[in-house]
Amino acid sequence: MYTQGLSNPDAPAPAKAVEDAGLAARFQDRVDAEERIEANDWMPEAYRRTLTRQISQHAHSEIIGMLPEGNWVTRAPTLRRKATLLAKVQDEAGHGLYLYAAAETLGRSREEMFDDLLSGKAKYSSIFNYPTLTWADMGAIGWLVDGAAIMNQIPLCRCSYGPYARAMIRVCKEESFHQRQGYEIMVALCRGTPEQKAMAQDALDRWYWPCLMMFGPPDGDSTHSDQSTRWKIKRFSNDELRQKFLDALVPQAEYLGLTLPDPGLRFEPGAGDAVKDGAMKDGVRGHWRHGPINWDEFRQVLAGNGPCNRERISARRRAHKDGAWVREAAAAYAAKQAKQKRAA
Amino acid sequence: MATTSIQVNETPLVLYLLRRADDALILGHRLSEWIGLGPILEEEMALGNIGLDLIGQARSLYAYAAEAEAAGNDEDKFAYLRDAPQYRNLLLAEQPNGDFGQTMVRQLFYSAFADLYWRAMTESHDATLAAIAAKSEKESAYHLRHSSEWVIRLGDGTEESHARVQEAVDLLWPYTGEMFECDATERTLVDGRTIIDPATLRDAWDHTINAVLSRATLTRPKNPWMQGGGRAGRHSEHLGHLLSTMQHVQRTYPGAAW
Amino acid sequence: MSDVKTPNTPLWEVFIRSRNGLAHKHVGSLHAADATMALQAARDLYTRRGEGLSIWIVPSHAITASDPADKGMMFEPTVSKVYRHPTFYDVPDEVGHM
Repeated sequence: MYTQGLSNPDAPAPAKAVEDAGLAARFQDRVDAEERIEANDWMPEAYRRTLTRQISQHAHSEIIGMLPEGNWVTRAPTLRRKATLLAKVQDEAGHGLYLYAAAETLGRSREEMFDDLLSGKAKYSSIFNYPTLTWADMGAIGWLVDGAAIMNQIPLCRCSYGPYARAMIRVCKEESFHQRQGYEIMVALCRGTPEQKAMAQDALDRWYWPCLMMFGPPDGDSTHSDQSTRWKIKRFSNDELRQKFLDALVPQAEYLGLTLPDPGLRFEPGAGDAVKDGAMKDGVRGHWRHGPINWDEFRQVLAGNGPCNRERISARRRAHKDGAWVREAAAAYAAKQAKQKRAA
Repeated sequence: MATTSIQVNETPLVLYLLRRADDALILGHRLSEWIGLGPILEEEMALGNIGLDLIGQARSLYAYAAEAEAAGNDEDKFAYLRDAPQYRNLLLAEQPNGDFGQTMVRQLFYSAFADLYWRAMTESHDATLAAIAAKSEKESAYHLRHSSEWVIRLGDGTEESHARVQEAVDLLWPYTGEMFECDATERTLVDGRTIIDPATLRDAWDHTINAVLSRATLTRPKNPWMQGGGRAGRHSEHLGHLLSTMQHVQRTYPGAAW
Repeated sequence: MSDVKTPNTPLWEVFIRSRNGLAHKHVGSLHAADATMALQAARDLYTRRGEGLSIWIVPSHAITASDPADKGMMFEPTVSKVYRHPTFYDVPDEVGHM
């Protein structure tokens, strides 16, 4: 999801520190008892490291995620759309900030984390490396990308690490308008002219597969998942979340009169409790199954070879570089004021 | 389906409303161009908030203009289907963002005016305008505070920031005079106590600006020569480009609903 | 670019009173060069949906926190003082609410 980079261990683990086995066992007991871990509590180094990476990647994804939609703020076709899109992109900046604040409680500074993003060392979600080509992409992103994000983020509200869980509660509360905003755009397009409907279908065609990829590699390939599950950082597997997303998506697309670009899509009737939260089709409960995902594309995008990886990072680098004089001025002024205050 | 611009029956009240709405929309649009590119992440929130306030003010004013004109136009037709010569905003509002200092100086000049203006307009005999003014006044007061604090920090920050922001002050100064103009059309509304004469705010604006510039160790430009024309639709070269971006989707798919 | 380290900007903790009658509550943190800008950033970041009527910001380094390792001596001795709670006392039912 927003932290897919975790699936590709890119940093060698530091020499295994000798940790007190008693402390570690007590830590796990607390996690098992659904107690929240707070910033100053003892925690295994690996827990701290995993969370720092996960939360900062999540924050980076929010910050980079502003760019594809920011691309259309100045071209939004009505004033209402303009205001809502601007508010949404602004929320993403806010969510990035909540998340950086949560990550900082683990000991790394925002500046260090942000420098890692700009240097290319840190990862962010693959989804934001795709271009936004028409206005319909604002609908598709809200509907699909935010829809996928919310599937992932709701369980994170119960994450074992308190500051992360609290940030996610705030994020989820605020994001509840994002998906509705996107779907409303899609509804307007699908009820509009044939050209508008074609625009909506084209956007769905381009965003469907990348959104399925957003949940990360299939469960068998995900290296960090088991430990994250034991630590109650992760509550559902990639495949479980992807399934929930697809089951919700199919009827929404049907309502719009749009076709999912997936020739392999099929309904699999199920039985009993196994599918109690699945999809309904013709009075039967079951699950929608997608066709094969092109994981090669996913790996390439994550490795930096998506259509917009370079633009996204260079836009943020440029903004950071162009803003250096502003940050220096603010720091210089604060220093002068503090000096005057001391002298007074 | 026509792609041509709308015609507006510019009665004094409609013209007045379009002028103020256009100021807010064009400046709000400029601020929205910053999204994702701010110097500090926290500042992206601030720029977004100010932009949203201004777009909100524009929408209220356009809605009232549509009601006053009663010719089937609405906020989106006013915003998206008028060409540059039909726009009535201040030249100041359409000036490009430049660097962050330039954006903050533009905001300071405008907000120092808008704060006074909307506060005075809460006394309007037109109830709708008085209500719009009451909301806009609070928003503008914050915009003024935020932009003042930044101009002070940039002016009294580093040598580089001082030079940059002084240059922005010099660049934008000639666009400040237009805010205080009151032509014959608006004069009729002033006489009816619908609006106030902006010239009456000049001293208070000078006072605010002088105080900020002084704390910022910046120099107030001496040349009294001022640019004008925006209120009559004679704009700088920048507005056409702004509109070609803003109106792109509406103009490409005429008649579609979004 | 990748080798340039961005200097740290001070960290502030943000507390918000959501309505009169309630205490200020910690909502998160942010970065700003000085207190004035921190207060404005707190307003822009943490009160976008009418969450606040009053904001406090405090430099993060000014906070002194208890050590979780001291939890035992700090907080457990009170657990046995059940007589501090009204439910410790028996009052005949006939007397009613007291």
